[in-house]
Amino acid sequence: MTSQTAKIELDKQTEVRLGGSLWRQAFRHFIRNRSAIAGMILIGFVVFMAGAAPLIAPYDPNLSMIGLPGHEGRLAGQAPCIHALGCPPEMAQHLMGLDLNGRDMFSRVVFGSRVSLVVGFASVFLSIIVGSLLGLVSGYSSFWTDNVIMRSMDVLLAFPSLILAIAIVTVLGPGLQNALIAIAIVNIPVYARLARAQVLSLREMDYVLAAQSLGDGNNRILFMHIMPNALTPLIVQGTLGIAGAVLEAAALSFIGLGAQPPTPEWGAILSEGRNYIFTSPHLVFFPGIAIMITVLGFNLVGDGLRDSLDPRLNKT
Amino acid sequence: MTTFILRRLALAIPVLIGILVVTFFLARLIPGEPCTAIYGERATPALCDAFYARYDLDKPILQQFTSYAARVMQGDLGDSIRYSVPVTNLLVERLPLTIELAFFALIFAVTFGVPLGIIAAYKRNSAADALTMLVANIGVSMPVFWLGLMLAFIFGVILKDTPFALPPSGRLPAGYQPIPFYVAWGLAPDTASATPLMIFISRMYTLNAILTLNVELFVNSLRHLILPAVAVGTISMSIIARMTRSSVLETLNQDYVRTARAKGLNERSVVFRHAVRNALLPVVTIIGLNFGVLISGAVLTETIFGLAGVGRTLYDGITARDYQLVQGFTVVIAASFVLINLGVDILYGYLDPRIRLS
Repeated sequence: MTSQTAKIELDKQTEVRLGGSLWRQAFRHFIRNRSAIAGMILIGFVVFMAGAAPLIAPYDPNLSMIGLPGHEGRLAGQAPCIHALGCPPEMAQHLMGLDLNGRDMFSRVVFGSRVSLVVGFASVFLSIIVGSLLGLVSGYSSFWTDNVIMRSMDVLLAFPSLILAIAIVTVLGPGLQNALIAIAIVNIPVYARLARAQVLSLREMDYVLAAQSLGDGNNRILFMHIMPNALTPLIVQGTLGIAGAVLEAAALSFIGLGAQPPTPEWGAILSEGRNYIFTSPHLVFFPGIAIMITVLGFNLVGDGLRDSLDPRLNKT
Repeated sequence: MTTFILRRLALAIPVLIGILVVTFFLARLIPGEPCTAIYGERATPALCDAFYARYDLDKPILQQFTSYAARVMQGDLGDSIRYSVPVTNLLVERLPLTIELAFFALIFAVTFGVPLGIIAAYKRNSAADALTMLVANIGVSMPVFWLGLMLAFIFGVILKDTPFALPPSGRLPAGYQPIPFYVAWGLAPDTASATPLMIFISRMYTLNAILTLNVELFVNSLRHLILPAVAVGTISMSIIARMTRSSVLETLNQDYVRTARAKGLNERSVVFRHAVRNALLPVVTIIGLNFGVLISGAVLTETIFGLAGVGRTLYDGITARDYQLVQGFTVVIAASFVLINLGVDILYGYLDPRIRLS
């Protein structure tokens, strides 16, 4: 056996022992991470709730129970009624009680998952697209373009995120769509910086030099060679970003700048019940728990992805 | 060190100018005629003429910007439509409460976050570590406003008749009027003749209580701040705990820690004198960066606890479409954010020579 074939043989063995590609290793590392799996379960639960909302929710989220059978007396802010826990059978069952307009809280919370997930995913998607384009261009262009883009990003980062989002929505006008845009704009700098840092390190790589020597143009190098390799940290940051976006959307709706009534959005539901916290705490408790579960899920998965995709962390 | 400070200052100036540009253009982007956008139905031709003349809105856009920048530099942030007073006066009145709130929130965050992080790192992979990280993860995932409402419910309703009861709203008990320190010291007979700085300091009731040696005021104002401070500080506490944990874990693996153990130092000395001392450097930066979290938290929490601070005023300004107030407060908050980060950068450079020499 020549030394060359011996080396190949050895490489194969090492590969088998390590379990194949980096991606496969990362996947193995990820599924061994218990908190990441817990996060996946939480996200799965919320996604299922959003997808099957019409099947899970017993009522239309905007339907008032006033005048329906099994609903008598004062319905506004009625406490949860669960038959298994001793609620009289002649009263209709409401797992999370009724809101101030006599609507079923459980149905509203279930449908709220749709709004939060859409805002979370869409705003992060927008920020990643715009942010990474700016970052890629910035990292691969001349001193001046780079400086103009990055200093603008510094200015956006100089504002506390909620304050900037508030300022943008104040200008655009309240509403869920504008809140989504504001959250996307606020988070652009994070992805721009990340993408730029990736480009700066990747453009010195041998395969980029090889592409250059083969005569590839700047655009081809940027989008075919650099971008696919710069995606990993963007995905990790994006997962954590969804958690942040869900929280920010809820906060904007809470102060009346996001989803408008009667949209069943968690922050808005919470805001409607806030003045009745001392008499009807269920109006606030359940939507808050829903926000927390969703955000916790994305945070845990984001952390898990970062740990398994960053080889430097794997060693420790 | 001087070069380092100058370099950092030079980097902060373009950002501060950028903040002025962003707030200036955001105000220009409001749909409609500026005067009607700002005064709404109250806009009369006479009021609008005065408004345009005062803010140079009849001049070219560049001149409008330079005069806006010049006014902001001189501390003129325009007049609030809702309160009919200069925005600067509102800041002098309301900022102290937010500073107090942020201060106590930070104290809470550091007092609990740092020890939790150290314990989690030292007992890595134990039940204590898992529990601490679970608490930290839940802490960053909770909406501040929800936590605030739940704390108000728990301590204001459930625990109402126990020694743990805490006031769920307000800054001081109803009808309680503290004597400002400048009156007690004989510096000024009343608020009307006091300087803005005096009013600013006296509005921080806990500080005012210390200055006038008033124990009752101190206890009362502190009790009213506990729940909002815990609500605002929880996210920061969780971030600090996680950061401290990873930072201590990293230093515990360093050679000098092994050396310290090898030369026979006791464990407490190894952990606290060698590992933790060095691990806390990155935590300083995190504490500085948390200013944004604290301010966002204050905006959401002050409305819940009925505290008339910057956050509550900004919230009222948004609902009343008081653009001057929103613009003025945004400029001040963003500029303070930059200056605090600058301060943290300089402090970090002072604590860690590697930073300032790189």
